[in-house]
Amino acid sequence: MTFSEWIVEPVNWAFLAMAIPMVIAALRVVTSRNVVHAALFLVLALAASAGLFILLSAEFVAWVLVLVYIGAVVVLFLFGIMITRAPIGRETNLSHDTRWPAAAAALGVFAVTFWLINAVTEQMGGFGDPLPAVGRATATGILGEGFINTYLIPFEAVGFVLLAALIGGITLARKDLTPAEEDEGARV
Amino acid sequence: MVSAVTSAPSILAAGDGAADLSSGGFFAGTAWIMLVLPFVAFLAIILVGKRMKGLGAELAIGAMGVNLVWASVLFVQNMAGGIYREVNLTIAEIGTLGITDRNLAFELGFVVDGLSIMMYWVVAFVGFLVFVYAHGYMKGDIRVPWFFASLSLFAGSMLVLVGAPNLIQLIIGWEGVGLASYLLIGHYWEEKENSDAAVKAFMTNKVADVGLILGTILLGPALGSFRFSELSVAADAHSDLLGGVAVAGALLLFFGAMGKSAQFPLHVWLPDAMAGPTPVSALMHAATMVTAGIYLMARTFPLYHQMATEARPWMVTIAVITLFVLGFLALVADDLKRVLAYSTVSQLGYMMAAVAAGGYTAGLFHLFTHAFFKALLFLGAGSVIHAVHSNNMSDMGGLRKEMPVTFWTFVVGSISLAGVIPLAGFWSKDEILATLGHEGYTAFMWVAILGAFVTAFYMTRAVALTFFGTYKGHGHPHESPRVMTWPLVALAVPSVIAGLLNIPGVSWGPIRNFTDWVGARIVPMGDYHPKAIEWDLAAYGLIAAVAGIALGWRLFSPEAETQPARDRLEVPVLYPLLRRKYYIDDLYMKGVVNPIKGPLARAVDWVNGYVIDAVINGAGAVTAWLGGLVYGRLDQQGIDLLLNAAAGGTRGAGGKLRLLQSGKVQQYAGAFVVGALLLVVAFVLVT
Amino acid sequence: MVLSQFLILGALMFSIGVYGLLSRRNAVTVLLAVELMLAAVNINLIAFEAFWNTAAAHGQIFAIFVITIAAAEVGIGLAIILLVFRNRASGNIDQLDLMRW
Repeated sequence: MTFSEWIVEPVNWAFLAMAIPMVIAALRVVTSRNVVHAALFLVLALAASAGLFILLSAEFVAWVLVLVYIGAVVVLFLFGIMITRAPIGRETNLSHDTRWPAAAAALGVFAVTFWLINAVTEQMGGFGDPLPAVGRATATGILGEGFINTYLIPFEAVGFVLLAALIGGITLARKDLTPAEEDEGARV
Repeated sequence: MVSAVTSAPSILAAGDGAADLSSGGFFAGTAWIMLVLPFVAFLAIILVGKRMKGLGAELAIGAMGVNLVWASVLFVQNMAGGIYREVNLTIAEIGTLGITDRNLAFELGFVVDGLSIMMYWVVAFVGFLVFVYAHGYMKGDIRVPWFFASLSLFAGSMLVLVGAPNLIQLIIGWEGVGLASYLLIGHYWEEKENSDAAVKAFMTNKVADVGLILGTILLGPALGSFRFSELSVAADAHSDLLGGVAVAGALLLFFGAMGKSAQFPLHVWLPDAMAGPTPVSALMHAATMVTAGIYLMARTFPLYHQMATEARPWMVTIAVITLFVLGFLALVADDLKRVLAYSTVSQLGYMMAAVAAGGYTAGLFHLFTHAFFKALLFLGAGSVIHAVHSNNMSDMGGLRKEMPVTFWTFVVGSISLAGVIPLAGFWSKDEILATLGHEGYTAFMWVAILGAFVTAFYMTRAVALTFFGTYKGHGHPHESPRVMTWPLVALAVPSVIAGLLNIPGVSWGPIRNFTDWVGARIVPMGDYHPKAIEWDLAAYGLIAAVAGIALGWRLFSPEAETQPARDRLEVPVLYPLLRRKYYIDDLYMKGVVNPIKGPLARAVDWVNGYVIDAVINGAGAVTAWLGGLVYGRLDQQGIDLLLNAAAGGTRGAGGKLRLLQSGKVQQYAGAFVVGALLLVVAFVLVT
Repeated sequence: MVLSQFLILGALMFSIGVYGLLSRRNAVTVLLAVELMLAAVNINLIAFEAFWNTAAAHGQIFAIFVITIAAAEVGIGLAIILLVFRNRASGNIDQLDLMRW
């Protein structure tokens, strides 16, 4: 499949319409000088990826992404930003002064992955075919069955991890009081 | 979704008993309102109670008033002709299990039949009066809105419990009652004692709840349904259906009932539950909490009566121990409310004995009459406490003149409880005695008669110490405000006349006997109830009561009343035994803790001093000698050389390597990324 | 649509995330970069799911696992940042050099 064959398919326009903003938003996340803007660009990037999921007929995951990430995690981030009194406005030292090692590492990652993708695609010869599942929605019931049949143990484990994270979060973020302060708190 | 079952449920061979019961009218169909309304009041009080004039009391009283109207209509309807209606709303299907190939389901709903109507009415009636009384009692107290919210929750949970058509909903109500009682007992939680009492009540009930839940888990799947109606039908049609499971399940349910209904040895929480405000005690002892266990036994009566007959002698034994042994504790208590609490425990023993022995009607009738006079006694006690600001009878005395309404109503309640003809308590207690005698528990019957003597004795003592003689407290007691006295009067009336509803063989025109209308169940209960008054038994009971009153008056009358006279019951063995509550509370301390602290500790000390120390000292000496040897020869001359060389090398290398350890996380992360990339490339190239 | 386009997009996102992870100073923004990397992984998972088209939707299940773990990670991460901020009055990650010799 050549690029010209690829680009005439309307569904790929939709893909590009989401992928390009996504990449731009991702770049802004890591370069923005304003923490709040960075978090909001993350919302944009994640929303775009949710759109891609819908394109790939994974509606449930898409909505989970919207609810959990955009609904909860980003709000958590914003709270984190506010509580740590991170600089809300423009801030010059949000990144390190020397960024080229980071950029080099990132480029290296991309180069290696891209090389791998190309190599494997050529080797298998099949990745160029259109994706078969597109256009058929996945029944959410299948996911549910997967969770409580095949992946029951991981499911439980994840539940446990969430619990541990909850307790850990509370323990970490809780203010350690001196005995005098504790008495104060008990009286209130 | 909604399946209204207005007649016999179908699964097993249907009983024909429900045929002559009507489905009731509008009020039976909408009985769920009674179950919901207190919860609405609960939420409303929490939300807006603080801003209302009566601090939310009017909402609680209003909800209970509507409930009273509803329950009264049903009550009258059911008196005229039996009602049976059951509505089940399936919430979730659980699966196919058990002997019936039906889906086990989690259902909510309500049932309107003779038993539940009686309970609805008792809860609504006593609840309404207690709420009104509490409005006066709690005036100016702390956390009033929360108090009334909890009271509403308490009554509402009890209504959910008695309206439950299945075991699951019953458990929901049951736990709600436990929660609300915890909140209310601990209302004055600032004092450690009170919050301890709340925790004790909650934990004791929790222990028993395990039995209830296990019994439910056992019986529900075995039967294929959690519904009481299907349990009744099954028990009626195939009494051997469940085999041994029935006995195990029945005993487990009974264990649950033992907790809520304070049967020996799980009674310990009830006397301590006096820590709550007095209206709470009245509600708890009369209508909402302790009756739950009796109600459960009555609701599952067919299980005990037809399926699990082997369980019954054990239950009767426990109940009789409760009624007799624990009644004595009221003899020595100085706290007026504690006297009443032990009397409640004892009366619950009567009810439980009756229901366990097969006297469905007798047990419920005693529950019915007891609700009135015990609520009356508690509210009367509350009125006294309100006046003298003390719970102790040693601070009371001579209140007869200052508090006439309280005095007279308290006396009415006392002699009703003592069982003097023709007051309510006489008739219901007599029926229990007759049932015990008829079912072959003759010895227990005599014990119960003796128990009646004890009851009369301690109630006389309480009345004499509280209202006669001279006032020993501080300040000037005065009669309580009218909002508190008229509930007393309203409760005194049924305390006198309620017994007339169930005189064996006597009916009052169109009003049917209590036996008939409380027996309006899907399947006739097949219990024993006396067909005519058994005068000889009645005479024994009456003699016991009168003798108890006479002895009590002899010992505690104003003439005899001096401080030593109060302790005239100092029978050498019995008195300390009773003061220490049979050492049940001490059992754990003296029986378990002290032996470990005393002899065992000394033994351990001896072993420690002579055996272990000798060994250790010996080992120490040997080690020291060996150590000297090793240090001198091996260590100084051999090993140190090696070690010094190694340390020097490490220090040199560390000096170089420590530059890598910048402590900057991101440098580590970067190194990690690069390393991972290199590994990936290496891996791909190799394969 | 073909598989490669999603894989390349995922690789791009992941690399951007790596860049953010290594170049950012502020701890919160580092966490944001980690989220980007996880999102990239999710894209890969979903794309492979669409490619293999299994009946049991394993890829989507794992994507949900990833989302869940990410949520837990954010919770813990922010708690740690909060703690650090409280102790050091700074949200900068390069001042966290307690692990240094």
